[in-house]
Amino acid sequence: MAAHTSQSVAKAAGDDVENDVAARGRSRRTDSDSGNRGGSRGGKGASGLRRAVGTHWYAWAMVAPVVLVLGVIIGWPLVRGVYLSLTDANERNVSRTIGVRHIEATYEFVGLDNYVDVLSDPVFLQRLVWTVVWTVACVSITFTLGLALANMLNREFRGRAAYRMALILPWAVPGFVSVFAWRFLFNRDNGILNKILDGGGIAAIPWLDDPTWAKFSVVAVNVWLGVPFMMVALLGGLQSIPGELYEAAEMDGASAWQRFRHITLPGLRAVSMTVILLSTIWTFNMFPVIFLLTRGGPGDSTEILVTQAFREAFITSPRDFAVSATWGVLILLLLMIFALVYRRSLRKQGEVW
Amino acid sequence: MSTANTARPRGSRSPLASVGLHATLVVAAVIAVFPVLWILLTSLKPAQHAITTDFVKEPTLDNYRYLLEDSHFFSWFANSVLVAGVTTVLGVFIAATTGYAVSRFKFPGMKPLMWTLLITQMFPMAILIVPLYNLMGDLGLLNQPLGLIITYLTIAVPFCAWMMKGFFDTIPVEIDESGRVDGLNPFGTFWRLILPLAKPGLAVTGFYAFITAWGEVAYASAFMVGEENLTLAGGLQTFVTQYTSNWGAMSAASVLIAIPAAIFFVFAQRHLVAGMTAGATKG
Repeated sequence: MAAHTSQSVAKAAGDDVENDVAARGRSRRTDSDSGNRGGSRGGKGASGLRRAVGTHWYAWAMVAPVVLVLGVIIGWPLVRGVYLSLTDANERNVSRTIGVRHIEATYEFVGLDNYVDVLSDPVFLQRLVWTVVWTVACVSITFTLGLALANMLNREFRGRAAYRMALILPWAVPGFVSVFAWRFLFNRDNGILNKILDGGGIAAIPWLDDPTWAKFSVVAVNVWLGVPFMMVALLGGLQSIPGELYEAAEMDGASAWQRFRHITLPGLRAVSMTVILLSTIWTFNMFPVIFLLTRGGPGDSTEILVTQAFREAFITSPRDFAVSATWGVLILLLLMIFALVYRRSLRKQGEVW
Repeated sequence: MSTANTARPRGSRSPLASVGLHATLVVAAVIAVFPVLWILLTSLKPAQHAITTDFVKEPTLDNYRYLLEDSHFFSWFANSVLVAGVTTVLGVFIAATTGYAVSRFKFPGMKPLMWTLLITQMFPMAILIVPLYNLMGDLGLLNQPLGLIITYLTIAVPFCAWMMKGFFDTIPVEIDESGRVDGLNPFGTFWRLILPLAKPGLAVTGFYAFITAWGEVAYASAFMVGEENLTLAGGLQTFVTQYTSNWGAMSAASVLIAIPAAIFFVFAQRHLVAGMTAGATKG
């Protein structure tokens, strides 16, 4: 699943850089347009509006379905989610229908109580720290391996296509299937990994039953799922770097490392920034790997923020919808802060974003 | 395409470097392929040998027979196909004109729209799952494929719009202009000229939307209960729970789910990858 959700946004990701640039250029123009119009509108607002409708009605008609759908199925639930986080809603007091009897909701507005509770509970900090460790570990390892493999595959040698095919395979298999495959391999008593270790005279490792090993295992599986996407995206980036640059550098006597450092890395900058941002967001929100591999266990040692939110609403009893919504809002806030900081740091470095 | 150091004999590798390259790639390839291969082998083992390390000793199709005859695999498969299929079609259909409009026109509201499309893609499911769950409950759509389809549209629509914008951007604006010269309005231009040209793009977008819905776990686990209402992601979980572990059936199901997807993926991979990296590499 990891890879699959990933790659879906991946494509959009690829476009983001470009689109964003285009959007900026364009929006600037639009801004100045509307500025001018605003100036001339002074006395004749109605005709200005009519002119705007006349010019833009077909564009608005074309985006209307998406605006409508997003408003209804994302906007409304989002507002409601924020509202729920300010109430004491749980499965006992929300409106529900049992048979033919409809029971009205009886939950009440409690203000910021849920936020105070969640934030003052040490559990939040624990989850946050582990989520950050998990994200940083997964993204950095995936990126490093993806970059190394992409560099190898970017040379010409016999069997390149076959290697490439094999390395892409984890991406081609639906994520939840892969995670179950790994659960099978990690099985403590009967899993192949422990049998192999046994063959080498090493005692069985409690892959999923020991907090530290479980953390190691979820990271390993997520890396396994994520490397193919990273590799393919970076390979695309590598292939767009003109060969002449390397030729010229070699003429000047640059070593392989220098060429990598001064041509490859800067050449990959745009792609790298995009894939790192995306994979950070995906990993932060990565539900299936944790949920299907360890269920957040053993105990709650591998629980990340999103699985915790899911647990509050759908696993613990009674289901606590309000607290789950609170976790959801907090996660969204964290991601938005991250995206803003990331964007700002890119800008400081003179990136076009 | 090829880097300079491979184009010229001067840059050719020493034998040692060659061995190193192949050795590393072989190790990586084995790690990539082994789990998948091992599941395939396990699915062919008799149930009592499922957890042995032997390669297939007495190959059997019993696991598959059990899966197809005595489990709800068919229902799960049908549910998944229905949910992912309808989500894909609706997603592409709803988002197509938006992708075109944001690719071609400048209009008031465009910038906020683009931002919304971008930001909704990084929404964690945690923020929408509870309100959507309550909403579906109120509408009586829990446990119904329709409820899951509506839910998946929250993922598919913004994503399809973004992706299609990218594809429409690659179609030259001159084509639109020639349409206008011939007296077509924007809708006519879109429908008669651009859409036919964008078919490969629509196909790729649809494919990604499909596999995203196909592999979704969180909403599917929360919204669908009762053995035969599950999708594949939920169904597979029933084979290996706290109490039971039918690894034979699990592996057979995995193979049946993964093989069609993998074949299609490998087949279409070149196209998909080209589409995916086109935007990024231009940057």
